[in-house]
Amino acid sequence: MKVYTETVVHSAPEAYVSEAPYQIAIVIRDDGSRVTGRILGVRVSIDDAVELAETRDGVPYFRKADK
Amino acid sequence: MRPVAVIGLGKTPFGVFPDRDLRSLAVEAGRKCLENGHVTASQVEAFYLGNFAGPAFMGQNHLAPYIAEGLGIEGIPATRFEAACASGGTAFFHAWAAVAAGIYDIVLVAGVEKMTSQTTPRVAEILASAGDVSGEMRAGATFPALFAMIARRHMHDYGTRREDLAAVAVKNHANGARNPYAHMRKVITIEQALAGKPVADPLTVYDCSLVSDGAAAVLLAPLERAAEFTAKPVRIAAVAQTSDRFALDEKEDITTFPAVKRAAAQAYKMAGVGPRDIEFAELHDCFTIAEIVALEDLGFAPRGQGGRYTSEGCTLPSGPLPVNASGGLKAKGHPVGATGVGQICDIVLQIRGEAGQMQLPRHELGLAENLGGSGASAVVTIMRAA
Repeated sequence: MKVYTETVVHSAPEAYVSEAPYQIAIVIRDDGSRVTGRILGVRVSIDDAVELAETRDGVPYFRKADK
Repeated sequence: MRPVAVIGLGKTPFGVFPDRDLRSLAVEAGRKCLENGHVTASQVEAFYLGNFAGPAFMGQNHLAPYIAEGLGIEGIPATRFEAACASGGTAFFHAWAAVAAGIYDIVLVAGVEKMTSQTTPRVAEILASAGDVSGEMRAGATFPALFAMIARRHMHDYGTRREDLAAVAVKNHANGARNPYAHMRKVITIEQALAGKPVADPLTVYDCSLVSDGAAAVLLAPLERAAEFTAKPVRIAAVAQTSDRFALDEKEDITTFPAVKRAAAQAYKMAGVGPRDIEFAELHDCFTIAEIVALEDLGFAPRGQGGRYTSEGCTLPSGPLPVNASGGLKAKGHPVGATGVGQICDIVLQIRGEAGQMQLPRHELGLAENLGGSGASAVVTIMRAA
């Protein structure tokens, strides 16, 4: 899985104000489908490999893959 | 279909008006419009209202008859259109279709939004409801975040620079300073734009349109009757409304808006013109990157080159294709439901030669592009002197 695009959100909607700044990304899964999720840990850039860390409330949380 | 003309326009200033409610703004624009078109309330045969989120911002629903009553136009069809930021353009499209089809002769179109009575996080949440709330928005996206992700990919794929985004903001602020109806009449430098407070990387506050209150209205009539009302009718040469994939992560390529390309192709064909014939444009710069992508999707700049086209000065009032001489959503303001109708007003003012300090040297054939959401709705309009 890899990052198609990403952004760090500084100005968050009401429900997520306490979590800002946080990074979100559109991730291309291995089957070619795409999903919007959160990034945990170090910031990622376009084309970085990521892995699924967990799913919370239907939202996938990814982290940068080791290599 | 019969040709249709705009015979009158009216608008409020866009800005922050704590003591004005949604209805009073819409009524002010509507009254000015009726007066401008020399039409009495009793002559109006149908009322089309563009409004995105009156129920969420104001707690008021059923807005079209509510506003029509305020204008003294009772008993006729009064309908609200919602298509996120393209709500105004969508109302305009359907009003045009009804007049073109011969269903009505005199139709009033208004757009309105009252946004500034809410806090910024609440505004972000209401705007986010125009995206996929069960997907991208649940992950913490906002509209600035969606367009930031478009900008990142555009920069990655085409080498668009941060400075190119800033050039859009600098130009639109300079233009807005000449517009007495603009929300923000403040010239900014490229350094200021680059150093703005971050909203969603790489976008700063200077890349984002304004949260504004405001309303705009236009009157439509068959071209053959236009002379009864105005000496300066403006012909709707073409208008097209289209739709596309809803969520950003459902799109194959997020650096282009297929809905805009589709609407543009239809509009150019209907008007019998191409992008090179267009003399000026009002484009949907909800974010600086959106103006850059629109330049490409509308055929004004080659694919991937919208940023360079802007940085080279091509879209300045003195350039080959002036864009957003009004200041655009960036400086004029973006009262969401009013925006699409406001763009039509600004095109009409230019074509009539009534744009004051904003007046462009070439102003006979203008194009407006109104985008909804992250590209799920689009309306493209081409207008010319009748």
